[in-house]
Amino acid sequence: MIPPEFDYVAPTTLQEAIAVLEQKPDAKILAGGHSLIPLLKFRLASVNTLVDINRIDGLSYIREEGGWLKIGAMTREADLEHDPLIGQKYPLLADAARTIADPLVRNMATVGGNLAHADPANDHPAVMLAYGAVIVAAGPNGLREIPITQFFTDLFTTALAPNEILSEIRIPAHKAGNGGCYQKLERKVGDYATAAVAVQIHIGANGVCDTAGIGLTNVGPTPIKAAAAEQTLVGSKLDDAAIKRAAQLAADAAQPQSDYRGTEEYKRALVKTLTVRALRKALERARN
Amino acid sequence: MAEINGLGKSMKRKEDARFIQGKGNYIEDIVLPGMIWLDIVRSPYAHARIVNIDTSKAAKIPGVLGFITGKDLEKYNLHWMPTLMSDRQMVLPTDTVKYQAQEVVGVLATDRYAAADGVAAVEIDYEPLPVVVDPFKALQPGAPKVREDKDSNHIWHWEAGDREATDRAIRQAATVVKQRIYIPRIHVASIETCGCVANWDPINKHLTMYMTTQAPHAIRTVIALVAGHVGLSEENIRVISPDIGGGFGGKVPVYPGYVIAIAASVLLGKPVKWIEDRSENLQADSFARDYHMDCELAADGEGRITALRIKTIADHGYTDAAANPSKYPAGLFSICTGSYDYRTAFTEVDAAYTNKPPGGIAYRCSFRVTEAVHAIERMVDILAHERGEDPADFRLKNFIKKEQFPYKSPLGWEFDSGDYHAALQKAMDMIGYRELRKEQAEKRARGELMGIGISSFTEVVGAGPSHQFDILGIKMFDSAEVRIHPTGKAIARFGTKSQGQGHETTYAQILAQELGIPAEHIKVEEGDTDTAPYGLGTYASRSTPTAGAAAAVAARRIREKARKIAAHLLESAEEDLVWEVDRFYVKGSPSRFKTIQDIALAAYTNPPPGVEAGLEATFYYDPPNMTFPFGSYICVVDIDRGTGQVHVRRFVAVDDCGTRINPMIVEGQIHGGLTMGFAPAFMEQIQYDENGNIYGGNFMDYLLPTAVETPRWETGKTVTPSPHHPIGAKGVGESATVGAPAAFVNAVVDALWHLGVRHIDIPITPDKVWQVLKAHGAAAEE
Repeated sequence: MIPPEFDYVAPTTLQEAIAVLEQKPDAKILAGGHSLIPLLKFRLASVNTLVDINRIDGLSYIREEGGWLKIGAMTREADLEHDPLIGQKYPLLADAARTIADPLVRNMATVGGNLAHADPANDHPAVMLAYGAVIVAAGPNGLREIPITQFFTDLFTTALAPNEILSEIRIPAHKAGNGGCYQKLERKVGDYATAAVAVQIHIGANGVCDTAGIGLTNVGPTPIKAAAAEQTLVGSKLDDAAIKRAAQLAADAAQPQSDYRGTEEYKRALVKTLTVRALRKALERARN
Repeated sequence: MAEINGLGKSMKRKEDARFIQGKGNYIEDIVLPGMIWLDIVRSPYAHARIVNIDTSKAAKIPGVLGFITGKDLEKYNLHWMPTLMSDRQMVLPTDTVKYQAQEVVGVLATDRYAAADGVAAVEIDYEPLPVVVDPFKALQPGAPKVREDKDSNHIWHWEAGDREATDRAIRQAATVVKQRIYIPRIHVASIETCGCVANWDPINKHLTMYMTTQAPHAIRTVIALVAGHVGLSEENIRVISPDIGGGFGGKVPVYPGYVIAIAASVLLGKPVKWIEDRSENLQADSFARDYHMDCELAADGEGRITALRIKTIADHGYTDAAANPSKYPAGLFSICTGSYDYRTAFTEVDAAYTNKPPGGIAYRCSFRVTEAVHAIERMVDILAHERGEDPADFRLKNFIKKEQFPYKSPLGWEFDSGDYHAALQKAMDMIGYRELRKEQAEKRARGELMGIGISSFTEVVGAGPSHQFDILGIKMFDSAEVRIHPTGKAIARFGTKSQGQGHETTYAQILAQELGIPAEHIKVEEGDTDTAPYGLGTYASRSTPTAGAAAAVAARRIREKARKIAAHLLESAEEDLVWEVDRFYVKGSPSRFKTIQDIALAAYTNPPPGVEAGLEATFYYDPPNMTFPFGSYICVVDIDRGTGQVHVRRFVAVDDCGTRINPMIVEGQIHGGLTMGFAPAFMEQIQYDENGNIYGGNFMDYLLPTAVETPRWETGKTVTPSPHHPIGAKGVGESATVGAPAAFVNAVVDALWHLGVRHIDIPITPDKVWQVLKAHGAAAEE
């Protein structure tokens, strides 16, 4: 449980950090460290340089601005969990924040790190897919916006360039008729999801669903956007038949593999069950 | 009179002041000048020949000092060591490795970081050999042979009971139920991993061994026996077991790391520290359980149990490194007849070698009692359901009755005392059993799955009487040495070793009760072989039944001497004195008294003529019988048909451990034990693929419950003292671990019986439940 030797730098500005990345393309960003440090300790990964961005000011915030909820990349999971704005208006995010790892990990782990690590077992990727979030990347030429649907390119791989740092996450700001829910089955607190489903919907004044986002956690090599399931909901009143249809389409979209958390068949069935439950809860929240 | 905090008082634990302030003294806290670090290269293969070991790259790493291999130890004939079960175990291999994560090379370095880098840089060529991980396959002809030094993979056969009579009874029975029950390989996963600091003094030829051991005296003797030929002599070996962060049986065996550390210290003449990391601890240290049990239980036409037959295959890994009493290779498995009154039983166990880590240790279960209880309590439930009888009523009908004690069990135990009906009735009353059955019927009609499970266990603990129980020939007595100081305070030392059980408090309370000295003023010490009297250590719930009894008897001897001194001081005849709480008074004149403090002072300042000065006693207690704690647990579960999740709604535990010394500590033991029963029922398991690759070798994969998963425990008690123990106490450390798993499984199967489900092996995971639901057409379509 002792990592191999590495260099360590702790810049105090984003520009400095980006400059280090330009000099050392094999460097890795250290945010909360709760994915990276265990990998190093197990010697499953080795890095020549860790760029610790914890001393850079101005990367931790939660605020609504210009039609977006903006979350600084270094916002700790515990801050999300306890933020009143998130608690009131962003139930999907609040649900997810409460289920990530355990309270000790959440004190350190960051939203940006959870996304940039691109582990399909992490919770925020599916949540952000459901929200239709935008990722903001800081690089040598300034800021770049990446739609979440283009962000996860492969297992542990994102659209971030080697000299870019994820700096902000933007979620469409809450409006009346929004409802969301995260349903996760985990074997114990701190475990990754056996499967989890993130749902975000908007119900118009006529009671018809006009936007639906569904993201799936840990049932494929990348987080999965259940597009067909989303489409079947739009234009429906989210009656039982529509919900069940969407749940089946979400299960069809899953690409789970059998492992010690469960068989492929079980995980697919779980996606269906959890989608039904998440949609029902989201609908209830949208109506309130 | 002063509050002495004797029996029955929930005084706060004396040891907690240091534990909760982070001031405990664990192995990792021990740092000696010039100390060297040992880290260990481990095998990636479950079975392979070592072709070449190349340490040249590792040797160049700054801080790396040297290496120890099996070939180095072979020069001193220390490459193998005996196990406690008369088998043998490699310290380091000279030729082949037998399981994944086996120790291969010791790396010595100036600090632990350099040692870890050294481990990563050692290059070893292996030639993989055929692997066998399934004990049934291992026992088939032509299976890959695990051990070159043995004829086959069959280690031993053990049996108890009357084979023919049991066969006959089962043939003639009105109802017979059969079930294969697997209780999987699990690990104690104590918070503190194993480790040591070996400090060889080359001038005085003296070894001080600080180590995580539950049995320091036995270990000292083992070291002397194993390494006597290289100059380690028992008077020059001091084993010190400091504070221990959980043992649960996992810190009884001698692991290779300890021996490598000693060898390294002797070779270097410097102190050597070895501390396992979590993965090493889970992957290589002794496992527990791993019993495949084919069980049959028979009843007559009235539903009275008539016979039990169990045939077990025990998977021991590549060597039998269990820590059972020597005459009991399958531990005390013959307790498997349970709490029920019938005369016929037969059980046999065949042990197999496989390419897995060695062990078969007693994980908080008093030597295979968990396996035995799980088998009988599952079978009783299956039989009750099969006959259409309520599992509670079926138990009440078949229990051994209170007036039948002492009760001779069909497999030869003499149960000391019990009142099984009272314990189950109390548990049923606490949980509202009859109402729950009504609720279950209503829910079942609506398609909801709710189950109620009972486990009415009988344990056998307190090993043990010397005519039956020994380890390597050393009888399983235990000891107490008690000295009263002139100011009336005391120090007491024991051959046992607390790993968190609270001995410093419990023993002090026994002595307080017997001597009238407040428990606060009785210092308890254990774990240093230079100071404590000899004893076999703490495991198998034996501390209170053995050393606790020794404390009471030693105290009574002191009191007899105190009577002489009091008679002298009061100028009265000894037989005219009456003992009360903390004093002797003259019969009929309570104002004429001398307290234990007065007497203690006199023992040093004014002893009676002809009486030896001082006030102390040492006693080695050889128990006349085992003790038999028991209890009844009832569990209520609800099952989510959409996800397969089992929610434990309620769990009532009524325990009877005889006299309760410190009720708070007893409650704590039961809470911890229930949680350790819950964990394997639903979460814990170490698994291997067909190549012997371990799954469950870290805490991401080996699932320990947190407070979130753990049910809320509701506890109750009945008190049926042991008739043969000096204070009537039976021991409680393991009851809950032993009794709980069957209650959970019985509850889950009870919820599903009407669907045709007969049994589910632990751990009962959501995936497993969902597969069962699906197979029986009951998985929810949402």
